[in-house]
Amino acid sequence: MIKTENLSFIYRDTDDENGTIKEEEVLRDINLNIEKGLFTAILGHNGSGKSTLAKHFNAILLPSGGKVYIKGLDTGDENAVFDIRQSAGMVFQNPDNQIVAAVVEDEVAFAPENLGVEPKEIRRRVDECLKVVNMTKFAKSSPSKLSGGQKQRIAIASVLAMNPEILILDEPTAMLDPVGRSEVMRTIKTLNKDRGITVILITHYMDEAAEADRTIVIDSGRIVLDGAPKEVFCNVEQIKALGLDVPQVTELAYELKKLGIQISNDVLTVDECFEELVKALGGAAL
Amino acid sequence: MFKDIIIGQYVPGNSPLHRIAPPFKIILIILYIVLLFIINKPFSYVIFTIYSAALIIISAVPLKMILKGIRPMLWILVLTAIMNLLMTPGEAVLSIPIFSWTLNITKEGIEAGCIMAVRLLYLIIGTSFLTLTTSPLQLTDGIEKLLKPLNKIKVPSHEIAMMMTIAIRFIPTLAEETDKIMKAQTARGADFETGNIIKRARAMMPLLVPLFVSAFRRADELATAMEARCYRGGTNRTKMTQSHMTLLDLKAGIIFAVAAAALILAEFWV
Repeated sequence: MIKTENLSFIYRDTDDENGTIKEEEVLRDINLNIEKGLFTAILGHNGSGKSTLAKHFNAILLPSGGKVYIKGLDTGDENAVFDIRQSAGMVFQNPDNQIVAAVVEDEVAFAPENLGVEPKEIRRRVDECLKVVNMTKFAKSSPSKLSGGQKQRIAIASVLAMNPEILILDEPTAMLDPVGRSEVMRTIKTLNKDRGITVILITHYMDEAAEADRTIVIDSGRIVLDGAPKEVFCNVEQIKALGLDVPQVTELAYELKKLGIQISNDVLTVDECFEELVKALGGAAL
Repeated sequence: MFKDIIIGQYVPGNSPLHRIAPPFKIILIILYIVLLFIINKPFSYVIFTIYSAALIIISAVPLKMILKGIRPMLWILVLTAIMNLLMTPGEAVLSIPIFSWTLNITKEGIEAGCIMAVRLLYLIIGTSFLTLTTSPLQLTDGIEKLLKPLNKIKVPSHEIAMMMTIAIRFIPTLAEETDKIMKAQTARGADFETGNIIKRARAMMPLLVPLFVSAFRRADELATAMEARCYRGGTNRTKMTQSHMTLLDLKAGIIFAVAAAALILAEFWV
């Protein structure tokens, strides 16, 4: 679905004062292959290059070196740009800065209108997408009256209206309160499970990454860890060295193991941790 | 303080005047103004007043709102009337000697002054009538449709409408942000409320700079988000809501035509 070959990206910044050009290598030799229908989380702290990577997946940024293929289409091919953007929809961090229209349903209609879809079909898609994100009753509202989580769900609906196969979300929950976060995460997971949409979630929240099928950790523009969340979060020391956290229960298990208690530390949820603890205590407590 | 900001002066309602298709309404209002400048006889103005009163009653817009629109223009109105009163040559009704010069108030002057005042008054009522019964969004939509034929002479009608929509959409967001910055600056000792005009204007600087910086950042992010949704200007773009001429528009058009014909008849043949 998404394939990168030796992708590298150099950010050039011209310094106005002395005219020098500052170059910074944001991404370096990224080789990735993301399969259809998977929920992939890309994890990294600020400035690790995770957002830059995401912007390569829908041709907003073009590689300085290497190639990016979306459904076999090269993002460097100018004729394919709109096909790529249509199949790989992107949701951004700040809900306020990505909403164009002053009425919710006009916002959802924006993308299909751009694609030149028939009016009747646009209407159908708008109704359907609002239903998917559970925002039907706000169809005629003004986005400025909605909560952060609701705005972000509208942003998801407005991308869904393009009928994309891939949904890229660039820290969609970073500016939301806990309620908004869980609303958005639930929506994303439903889309992935029920509609088979390939999801790429850029995040720095560990618990969100733990819900994915695959977690990729990025640091200084390079992939450092890649695998199922359990495999990735096992490397507690390494992840901490990168300035990231592991889920609390994983850390608990890890610390216990360090103290010499026989416990597996590939736990991600409270339930798993509980079971492991019971096992470790030999059921003695029960 | 900016919580419930109202854009323009739209009075929500469901009167027939609210429901006329916006582009058509704009045309009708323009014709209304044209009519206003064609007529000249006092009798025609009486008819025109009846028409305008009927419009106000049908629209159910409170008279207070309409008068509110007139207030800021009152000075211009009075000034124009006085200028016309004093500057029109003709048969003197009253002569006031000022030193070696006489100021003549003429019969024609009184007439011209009255006519100009009435015209301006109805001009203001007519235009504010449009904004009172049409939401800013409908208005942009109407403007886009009306400008569409001008695409041929390279007027970017879609882009103009897009800019207006985005401006409307961002007013509440930026108002909220202004409020936030203001509070933050007040917490750090900024004073926006006391002092003379110059002092207050200077106090606005630390408010405007961050506001503008953030507005530019927002614009940049919005542009990326629009690009990500395949935005490429007005070419090959479709619209979800196709507005067609409705029966209501047709009725309104016929009523307008008949009323206009009656008025012109009164003006030129009675």
